[in-house]
Amino acid sequence: MSAESKNPLLLAKLVALAVAMFMFAIFVLPPLYDLFCEITGIGGKTDGAYTAVAVEVDTSRDIEVQFVATKNATMPWDFYPIEERVIVHPGEAREVIFYAHNRTSSDMLGQAIPNVLPNNAADYFHKTECFCFNNQPLAAGESAELALVFIVDPDLPASVNTVTLSYTMFDITDRTLVQVSQVQ
Amino acid sequence: MAHGPATLADGWGKYISRWVFTTNHKDIGTLYLWFSFAMFIMGGAFAMIIRAELFQPGMQLIKPEFFNQMTTMHGLVMVFGAIMPAFVGLANWLIPMMIGAPDMALPRMNNLSFWILPFAFAILTSTLFMEGGGPNFGWTFYAPLSTTYAPDTVNYFIFGVHIMGASSIMGSINIIATVMNMRAPGMTYMKMPLFVWTWVITAFLLVAVMPVLAGAVTMMLMDINFGTSFFDAAGGGDPVLFQHIFWFFGHPEVYIIILPAFGVVSQIIPTFSRKPLFGYSSMVYATAAIAFLSFVVWAHHMFTVGMPIAGELYFMYATMLIAVPTGVKVFNWITTMYRGSLTFETPMLFSIAFVILFTFGGFTGMMLSIAAADMQYHDTYFVVAHFHYVMVAGAVFSGTAAVYYWLPKWCGRMYDETMGKVQFWIAFIGFNITFMPQHFLGLAGMPRRYADYGLQFADWNMVSSIGAFMYGGAQILFLFNVIRTIGWGKPTDDPQVWEGAEGLEWTVPTPAPYHTFATPPKVK
Repeated sequence: MSAESKNPLLLAKLVALAVAMFMFAIFVLPPLYDLFCEITGIGGKTDGAYTAVAVEVDTSRDIEVQFVATKNATMPWDFYPIEERVIVHPGEAREVIFYAHNRTSSDMLGQAIPNVLPNNAADYFHKTECFCFNNQPLAAGESAELALVFIVDPDLPASVNTVTLSYTMFDITDRTLVQVSQVQ
Repeated sequence: MAHGPATLADGWGKYISRWVFTTNHKDIGTLYLWFSFAMFIMGGAFAMIIRAELFQPGMQLIKPEFFNQMTTMHGLVMVFGAIMPAFVGLANWLIPMMIGAPDMALPRMNNLSFWILPFAFAILTSTLFMEGGGPNFGWTFYAPLSTTYAPDTVNYFIFGVHIMGASSIMGSINIIATVMNMRAPGMTYMKMPLFVWTWVITAFLLVAVMPVLAGAVTMMLMDINFGTSFFDAAGGGDPVLFQHIFWFFGHPEVYIIILPAFGVVSQIIPTFSRKPLFGYSSMVYATAAIAFLSFVVWAHHMFTVGMPIAGELYFMYATMLIAVPTGVKVFNWITTMYRGSLTFETPMLFSIAFVILFTFGGFTGMMLSIAAADMQYHDTYFVVAHFHYVMVAGAVFSGTAAVYYWLPKWCGRMYDETMGKVQFWIAFIGFNITFMPQHFLGLAGMPRRYADYGLQFADWNMVSSIGAFMYGGAQILFLFNVIRTIGWGKPTDDPQVWEGAEGLEWTVPTPAPYHTFATPPKVK
């Protein structure tokens, strides 16, 4: 085979490799990264809405759950937990309230993004109800009590006695394309 | 016999058309080399502005916003505009002559891959004159600094990166096709000169990772303009993902820059040692091993990002492993010189300086690879010093050596040896005065990329700036020497040029005719 007839095939293969790597970067790497974080619990990403299953409450263990609320750089709302820490038994459902107040003179849309520490607790912290599953519209001057119902899984590793749940409230007023399913 | 190229005697129209429409590998190599030198001067001018501002503490010459644009543009222009095109230019000139091919495999694509490059850099540089200024987020353009907080001109930057990526990919495909399909009869893979070997491995790295860079900037583009949230935590994305994707490209990229430089010194050192290269096959395998390892160590650039200890340990040990094949190369170069009949012409001086200073930069790299210690070094001038030892004393020194080494073959005239040696010593001393003190600054805690610094850093910064002006001056001398050689150098028609030079490119007449190896040579 002469070089001239071999070149087009090689060209096609190499272009295919380049296109495949481009697709890999956009369509494979981000989901792979999310999957990796989900499996390892790195990044403290929690799962979506949890359907409670009947489990025995483990009254022998006391788990301290701490709440942290922060606002992203430009977010002008007030946002804080009513209770900063609660003690729960694994398996028990507990409701806590976060307070949010839009103190600007315009209607806004907020989105809270959760994060759990330590990393190995992320998989054992279940939310049956959470304001973070949806975005939060607040009219000018309006305030709201945002509810969260959570269950700490009885399988929580024995080394974990304290779980910290942190929410960051983002201003997404200008973002209409955010899909809530992306955000948990 | 094929006709020769149009010259100025044929009129400006024909002369310009020759260069714009050329499919000749030597013409395109020349275009790449001149373009990269122009970018080198521009990126160097940015560096001079940075060092002038850092000459003294406080703000003297420019505003901090402009300083940020200068650091960003210096990095982008030097990496993508100066070093990479310089080695593509060398590849175009040399690979067909080294493997006995009449030209590159895909000459028209070769023309396209060069001619889109000036447009990419025109787009990128034009942002400096726009409202909001040019890119100011560092050459690593971490999100969200480069998305949420970027100037509006970031879209020009993204488009420019897309174009230069396309150019690199086309250039690499061409090199792979040339090496795989166009070798002269008898030129087996394990007979190829090492420069060809390092380039073909580099080309595979480029085809694999430049699309990843294109993907990263495409995701940025979508985050900025189309409401996606790849890197935006507000929409469920993750800025750390950007760093992973960037360095998945970025770490192979540093080997893309340095492997052809390895190839160059592997050609030059045997010539001036008058001995064959020691351990040829181990050089080939070491290059391949480095290329493979470059894909699995990326997160050592992000030790401080908040990684589990297992991740830090893995990336630390994998990074240290790279020292093994690199050490093989360094020992082979030294062993090649051992008991050789050494002479110290300018290319040899630059190559020996390359071996010494690159090894030094490699050792600081080992220090940085220690995850626990990196917490202290991260984002300080220690890192700046480290990568300038490998990028400048590595890639730029070897590029300079290559120009001096092959220039007589290209234009049939000898450069001025004294001027070359003077340039070498100014560059060597200037380089070390510039970057050696930056190690001390970094260890003392001076962070990189700031327009100002505390008073305790004043003395070494002044020393560093003086060295930078010296080093910059050496490049003007280099430009002068090259132009003088092409126009008025002592003519030579010795095909071998250098006494100890071996390889097919030294069997063609000097200066190299416009078309070489129209009939393939027989390689024994």
